[in-house]
Amino acid sequence: MKLAFQLAYKNLIGAGLRTWLNVGVLAFSFIIIIFYNGLIDGWNDQAKHDSIAWEFGEGKLMHSDYDPFDPFTILDGHGVLENDQLNDLTPILLRQASIYPEGRMLSVALKGIDANQTILELPTAALKNSTAEIPAIIGRNMADAANLKTGDNILLRWRDKGGTFDAAKVTIVDVFETNVPTVDAGQVWIPIKKMWEMTGLENHATFFIANEKYQPSNILDWKYQNQEMLLSDLNEIIAMKKVSGSIMYLLLLAIALLAIFDTQVLSVFRRQKEIGTYISLGMTRSQVVGLFTVEGSMYSFFAMILGSIVGVPLFAYLAKTGIGMPAASRDMGIPLAERIFPVFSIQLIVGTILLVVIAATIVSFLPARKISKMNPVLALKGKLQ
Amino acid sequence: MKYLSIILIISLSWMSFNLEAQKIPDALDIIEKVDANMISKTSIVESKMVIQGRRKSRTVVSKGYSEGDKKSFTEYLAPARERGTKMLKLDDKLWIYSPSTDRTIQLSGHMLRQSVMGSDLSYEDMMEDRELTDIYDAKVTGQDTLDGRKMWVLELNAKVDDVSYAKRKMWVDQERFVPLKEDLFAKSGELLKRIKMSDFEKMDDRWYPKKMNFKDMLKSGKGTDFIVVKMEFDPEIPAYIFSKASLKK
Repeated sequence: MKLAFQLAYKNLIGAGLRTWLNVGVLAFSFIIIIFYNGLIDGWNDQAKHDSIAWEFGEGKLMHSDYDPFDPFTILDGHGVLENDQLNDLTPILLRQASIYPEGRMLSVALKGIDANQTILELPTAALKNSTAEIPAIIGRNMADAANLKTGDNILLRWRDKGGTFDAAKVTIVDVFETNVPTVDAGQVWIPIKKMWEMTGLENHATFFIANEKYQPSNILDWKYQNQEMLLSDLNEIIAMKKVSGSIMYLLLLAIALLAIFDTQVLSVFRRQKEIGTYISLGMTRSQVVGLFTVEGSMYSFFAMILGSIVGVPLFAYLAKTGIGMPAASRDMGIPLAERIFPVFSIQLIVGTILLVVIAATIVSFLPARKISKMNPVLALKGKLQ
Repeated sequence: MKYLSIILIISLSWMSFNLEAQKIPDALDIIEKVDANMISKTSIVESKMVIQGRRKSRTVVSKGYSEGDKKSFTEYLAPARERGTKMLKLDDKLWIYSPSTDRTIQLSGHMLRQSVMGSDLSYEDMMEDRELTDIYDAKVTGQDTLDGRKMWVLELNAKVDDVSYAKRKMWVDQERFVPLKEDLFAKSGELLKRIKMSDFEKMDDRWYPKKMNFKDMLKSGKGTDFIVVKMEFDPEIPAYIFSKASLKK
């Protein structure tokens, strides 16, 4: 086997440019696979972390009539919990409302939240500390859409529990930066106590955010969703992205493997005398097949070395500085940070190495199988078979 | 003599105040007379709704049938995009038929709060069919002059919880008993909507505004004009018009 490696190494180095072209394409595929998956994993980590920190907490206890994907359920999807059921939960009441920036009407989701909460990273302390009649906090996206800034007063129109219109000025006391659009876009956050007063829905909540101490139990008219359930949509999006991205890099890998395959076919065809010589010197056919297969798979080892020389500093740099995401892609409605820091895990690197090595070995072996059917005498004479 | 003059002046003032008070009619009487002008047993109206946007306006033409204030049927005739859309209201239910999808949907809950064809009117505004006197306490608060005509100013305060507007203010022509202006207020007193009626015409034996402007006062813009092109009072309307089957015809 050692001999096979030595011979394969000498043959590949001897082939010069042809070897390095194959190795270059394979190394490029290797880098792209690791980069793309690292980017998706980085996004996954960031999106999950931010979603938990800003939106989900440890889980959500939702009123059974409320469906987050159906705005028509907002009207009736709320209720009251008993005092002893409120431990470790932060109430959020959701109503539809309109604001009127610069004479335009903008429909918003008005959310009342306990100003003393500490589960979510929403800066609710600003609501607590404000002396404004109706203090409100909004996200950067919302502030940009409505052209609002801290200190602005804006007219808010809402309906009370009976459906009667009411309107008053709210004061923007803070504009927060978040990567989670579901707590930002089209939303205005006010203290829940004020909202109870405004709507007449005393102690009502649409859903509760649980902290880590919360013990879920069956409560009539309420359903509990843990972190895993809440993150399932995000997981599906990421899984889908991985699959769609894999098409691109598998194509690239296929091109590289095709190049190795062609090289192997050409080698077997042009090196018949060499094959005949090996067999006449005492090597079995399978040893010769092994030699050619090792030669083919050695491309992947060279690609790994070349890929590491280029990739390691590049990935180290990207993992440190992150990759900037275009502003437009942050309006897609999914948590996406301004910069994503790719995560290059051991599993990812080992997995990619195995994928490339095994794939290169298989495509090297397929043309080399022909050797086992060769007539060594004809091969030695260099006659076409 | 001096005291006698004072007593005389006070007495005369008191008498004139009483006479003035006697002249002010009861708010309920005014509303009844307004209803007599504005509401008929049945009606067929061809109208244009001019929705004035920020840059351009668009006109929606429709033909509406109504029976009392519980039943109404509207068919949209123009523009091409809305042509064939039909709307049926029976009591507190509202259905809309869309020819592009060939589907009829019933609007409920929040859907009723959406704007009608992008106008300043919501479906809910069109759905309100309770008598004003059933949901509001009305009183005459004074007199005013609008467009050179003398008006009674009425204030209506909600007496039930489930009304859209907590307070309304209405200017009613003292002679013709038609409203010229109506302001709709939020609970906080903020003016939300203004309805202005104009181009009054005597049709049959009643005065009726041929143009109404609905304006969301919180938004900039000129609001939505509702212009009556042709109006028939108390015509015979076949019963099938107010059935769900007529939506797909």
